[in-house]
Amino acid sequence: MDAIPYEHGLILAAVLFVCGLLGVLTRRNIVFVLMSLEIMLNACGLAFVVASARWQHAEGQIMYLMILTLAAAEVAVGLGLIIQMYRRFHTVDISVLNEMKG
Amino acid sequence: MQEWTGLLPVFPLAGFLLLVLSRGRMSRGIAGVIGAGSVGLSFLLALGIAIATLNNGGQAYTTVLWQWMQVGDFAPGFSFYVDGLTLVMILVISGVGFLIHLYATGYMADDPGFARFFSYMNLFVAAMLVLVLADNLLLLYLGWEGVGLCSYLLIGFWYDKPANGYAARKAFVVTRVGDTSMAIGLFLLFSQLGTLNIQQMLTLAPQQWAVGSGIAVAASALLLGGAVGKSAQLPLQTWLPDAMAGPTPISALIHAATMVTAGVYLIARTHVLFELAPSVQLLVAFIGLATLLMSGFTALTQTDIKRILAYSTISQIGYMFLALGVGAWSAAVFHLMTHAFFKALLFLAAGTVILSLHHEQDIFRMGAMRRRLPVSFWCFLVGSAALTALPFTSGFYSKDEILLAALHQEHYGMLLWSGGVLGAFLTALYSFRLVFVVFFGRDRHQSHATASHGHDDPQAAVVEAMSPVMFFPLLLLGLLALGGGFIHVPVDAVFGSGAQEEAHASQLVHTLMILIPIAGVMIAWFVYGSRSYQKAGEHLREQLLASGIGRRLHRFWFSGWGMDTLYEWVFVRPFLTLAALNRRDAVDQIYGWVAQAARVGNSAVVMLQTGNLRWYAISLVGGLVIVIGLGVWR
Repeated sequence: MDAIPYEHGLILAAVLFVCGLLGVLTRRNIVFVLMSLEIMLNACGLAFVVASARWQHAEGQIMYLMILTLAAAEVAVGLGLIIQMYRRFHTVDISVLNEMKG
Repeated sequence: MQEWTGLLPVFPLAGFLLLVLSRGRMSRGIAGVIGAGSVGLSFLLALGIAIATLNNGGQAYTTVLWQWMQVGDFAPGFSFYVDGLTLVMILVISGVGFLIHLYATGYMADDPGFARFFSYMNLFVAAMLVLVLADNLLLLYLGWEGVGLCSYLLIGFWYDKPANGYAARKAFVVTRVGDTSMAIGLFLLFSQLGTLNIQQMLTLAPQQWAVGSGIAVAASALLLGGAVGKSAQLPLQTWLPDAMAGPTPISALIHAATMVTAGVYLIARTHVLFELAPSVQLLVAFIGLATLLMSGFTALTQTDIKRILAYSTISQIGYMFLALGVGAWSAAVFHLMTHAFFKALLFLAAGTVILSLHHEQDIFRMGAMRRRLPVSFWCFLVGSAALTALPFTSGFYSKDEILLAALHQEHYGMLLWSGGVLGAFLTALYSFRLVFVVFFGRDRHQSHATASHGHDDPQAAVVEAMSPVMFFPLLLLGLLALGGGFIHVPVDAVFGSGAQEEAHASQLVHTLMILIPIAGVMIAWFVYGSRSYQKAGEHLREQLLASGIGRRLHRFWFSGWGMDTLYEWVFVRPFLTLAALNRRDAVDQIYGWVAQAARVGNSAVVMLQTGNLRWYAISLVGGLVIVIGLGVWR
């Protein structure tokens, strides 16, 4: 079986991670920020899966299952907060919400 | 009975603890019973001890309670020494103290701080008993400071008036000057004699020091400083008139009968040291003489009933110092006792007058109180007679002894005697001025009272002011003030027989000493009392005041010879100026800079917290990159 070289997997994960990070840093819409966070989480997950395949070890895949669960929970809470935020401030732009400063 | 000596200060101390721990939740009845009862128990015990000791031939004894501390060779005990002098003091303190406590349950009945008042009073009695019972100077100093503290607390008892707090602080600070001198005296005595035990000191000192040697002079002068501060003698007398801000029973107990005489007790207790320093002893006599004359003149001009009594207290203690200074130790103690009787009586009687007039203290707003308060009048008359030393009252015998002893002083006898007699004349003048203005003449208060209170029934005031608990102490003190002169103070053994030689004087001297106070009373009657001469008396007064020198003298005397103003300019003002100058002192600046740096740093860091979420994310990532980078390249 021609295995995909693990470097390729890691490069893909890194690219995904940077895409997500850029999204988090540049996006003003909180929904997109949340989506970018999901991409970052999945990039981490991919890195784990690749690593577990490389070392022939199941723990990386178990870790991915955990990340998946975590991401689901996070999205549930995050979306709930976003809805509350929208109800209260009628906006999803996070740069407007900067009242908590020194 | 003697084995229970240690219990003497325990009763009042327990009373103090009970009253303090109840934190004012105790009912007035119980608080009064504890407050007065504890002192009463002490008095009964003191009486038992006195009888047992005197039956024993007045043998002095020591009761060691426990060893206080042990530092090298210095091992002061918590132990009590009882001899004739101690007996007189504990009987006066607990006896007069008990009567005043009893009176105070009536006088203070409506005061919100009733329990607090009695707790301080009990603490005072306990400290005072420790002072006179102590067998070493360190324990004496404990009691000495204890009574000073209680005096401070009780002068400022009505603390919601700032003037009272000021008077309390003044008393505390001024007496502290004397106490510091006394403390240095104690250090000196210990370093020279190696002990603070009084009896050991009194035997060691004459063996080691020559008469008039520098060390004896220094030690006794330093002790004298403490005595002068406590007993309100020149030049530290300014606190006592202001101390009258406290409730009247306090003035009677602390500032007339007991605490202010502690200085006299101290000198009498350490009389051997003073005999070793004749120059200091002479100084004691002259301090007494100057004080008694000065305060006599001041008392003539005062208008506040309690301040007049305060100045008369200063002048009577001046007599005691005069007696100490001429070596008439027992006469001083005798006068201390009779003074405690009649001055407590005067203050308590004045208290009923003040209470019946709703805390009016200006004597020129009183008048004709004889009809409204007959009991107070008779008590006050008896007290004044004893104060004036009219024949057959207690004050006559004690003052007589003092003046005769002064006359027999070697070099300055005539001067001291004539000064003392002039003082007796002044005493007669001011005390009967007080009697005639307050109790005779027109009722100046009623017109004033009707104006302010509307209807004021004089008969009701009499009944209101004289509950039995107030009547009984007045009666008993009145009897003591009359007959106290026949009590023989058992102090011959304490002072040795040398000082006890019978004083002989010519008939002329005796007659003069009887006639001069009577002359003073007559003049006071002429100027202030008699109705037929009243016009002439008033005319005379007005003329005296109208002349320039008369008015200036009056103002000078009224201000207490300008001592307060002098101290204000010499000590208080410069101190305040220094304090104001040093407000921004250099050391504080350094700490100020530290605080300033912290504040600047804070405002710089605060700017980082923008509230912008993406800024936080970028800083997080940046930080992460730096940390990982450091990890990789190291």
